[in-house]
Amino acid sequence: MSHLTAQEQILDFVRGRYPQAEIDATQDIFALGFVNSLFAMELVMYVEKTFDVTIPNEELRIDNFRTATAMAELVARLSPTVAAA
Amino acid sequence: MTLVAPVPVQVVDRRSARAFVDTHVVPYADEYDRIGRVPEDLLRHAAAAGLWAPFLSPESGGAGMDLVTLGEVHEEVGRGCSSLRSLLTVHTMVAWSVQRWGTPEQLDRWASELSGGETLGAFCLSEPGAGSDTSAIATTAVEGGGGWVINGVKKWTTGGQRADLFLVFARTAASIGAFLVPRSTPGVRVTPIDDMLGTRASMLAEVSFDDVVLGPDALLGPSSGFTAGMVLTGTLDLGRYSVAAGSVGIIQACLDASVAYAAHRRVGGRPLSELPLIQAKLSDMVTDARAARLLLAEAGRLKDAGDAGTIMATWIAKYFASTAAVRHAAEAVQIHGANGCSPDYPVARFYRDAKVMEIIEGSNEIQRITIAGQAEREMTR
Ligand SMILES: Cc1cc2nc3c(=O)[nH]c(=O)nc-3n(C[C@H](O)[C@H](O)[C@H](O)COP(=O)(O)OP(=O)(O)OC[C@H]3O[C@@H](n4cnc5c(N)ncnc54)[C@H](O)[C@@H]3O)c2cc1C
Repeated sequence: MSHLTAQEQILDFVRGRYPQAEIDATQDIFALGFVNSLFAMELVMYVEKTFDVTIPNEELRIDNFRTATAMAELVARLSPTVAAA
Repeated sequence: MTLVAPVPVQVVDRRSARAFVDTHVVPYADEYDRIGRVPEDLLRHAAAAGLWAPFLSPESGGAGMDLVTLGEVHEEVGRGCSSLRSLLTVHTMVAWSVQRWGTPEQLDRWASELSGGETLGAFCLSEPGAGSDTSAIATTAVEGGGGWVINGVKKWTTGGQRADLFLVFARTAASIGAFLVPRSTPGVRVTPIDDMLGTRASMLAEVSFDDVVLGPDALLGPSSGFTAGMVLTGTLDLGRYSVAAGSVGIIQACLDASVAYAAHRRVGGRPLSELPLIQAKLSDMVTDARAARLLLAEAGRLKDAGDAGTIMATWIAKYFASTAAVRHAAEAVQIHGANGCSPDYPVARFYRDAKVMEIIEGSNEIQRITIAGQAEREMTR
């Protein structure tokens, strides 16, 4: 699994939930105004399940989830195998 | 008056839960409803049976029970007594949140007591001025002196009369935070709310917090805007799952009572069960009980898999099961005629309890808005 793939997968997930919005990997999804707590929970569950990581409380910061790129970087930090691939 | 039978079995699956409920709950549930409380003996029996938080990890004193099985267990409890199931629901919400979000120190402090039922938890979100609209909560948590000070009033707290530990949602400077507040903390005041329509034995209370001073370790989970909301979402998701399970239990209880009654009650020389109009009601109960159970199992399977789809699956299961429970409880009363309106049969209780399921953990209207929103998103994909 490549770094880019993680990013693309995340982007796919976000786009799937909000098809009406045009979102790219560096766009701040929170600034778009549609992130509610339900989506936030789904997003964290998606990242944890898809990349087989557990996100510790201290990493659950908004900055780690603003963009698909930031989320992919978080995954890479938490999962050396994803980072190395 | 004996309200409970002795010697509980260990609850590890649906079968043992059924045995526990048939022995310790079903024979007494109408009496609990009348006296407006679940007696201490039963709370202790539930603890001895390992019922309070079997999903906690073995290190936390639990049995590591998967959530599909937990749903089956809560269904069985709901079949016997929605009030006990309600107490179990809010305790489950607190215990799960501590496991999901707690620091090692918080886990160390609370998990084993929650698992053993020595500490009973309750969930404090609703207020006199805020129900469905959680953003309207007015309870505040102000950071200072290395800890927190909480002020506000929570209403409709299930188990509030009895609980030892309140999971309180309060407004912080940044957003909404979740706080673990022991009942014994100075400034916490509990006022019983009695005579509700349904779940009459669930010991509701208004809980007020008057300059309640807490340490820094009272905050559960992160406090930033983005993730603080997740503590609430996750907690409500599990509560909704438990209420969905309880609603399946109500449908099953209606079916069991109605089949038994229809077999014996005779009109025009024939048992009710031979009348096509009665058969139609029973067949709809059978079908909806199975459908609701499958929706619940699907939500549970997705939870066990850590799949984000579980949140919507749980909304759908709860919506379907709670509305079906109301329909079938009304029909169960109908099948029983005047007996159904009397205290001699449990169906009047099922009818009153079922209505509550359409209001708690996300009302019908909120469920429909959420489910339709998802449908719209899927259509525009
Ligand atoms: C028996 C019982 C036990 C409870 N236990 C707890 C507990 O343990 N902890 C806790 O925190 N709370 C508890 N509650 C409170 C429960 O969560 C709330 O009653 C519920 O969230 C609904 O809020 P409300 O009663 O303020 O109704 P409101 O939010 O005032 O809603 C009134 C009506 O308007 C509808 N409505 C609201 N918003 C909309 C909308 N946007 N569009 C269309 N219709 C809408 C609602 O569906 C409802 O029919 C309990 C309630 C009961 C009855």
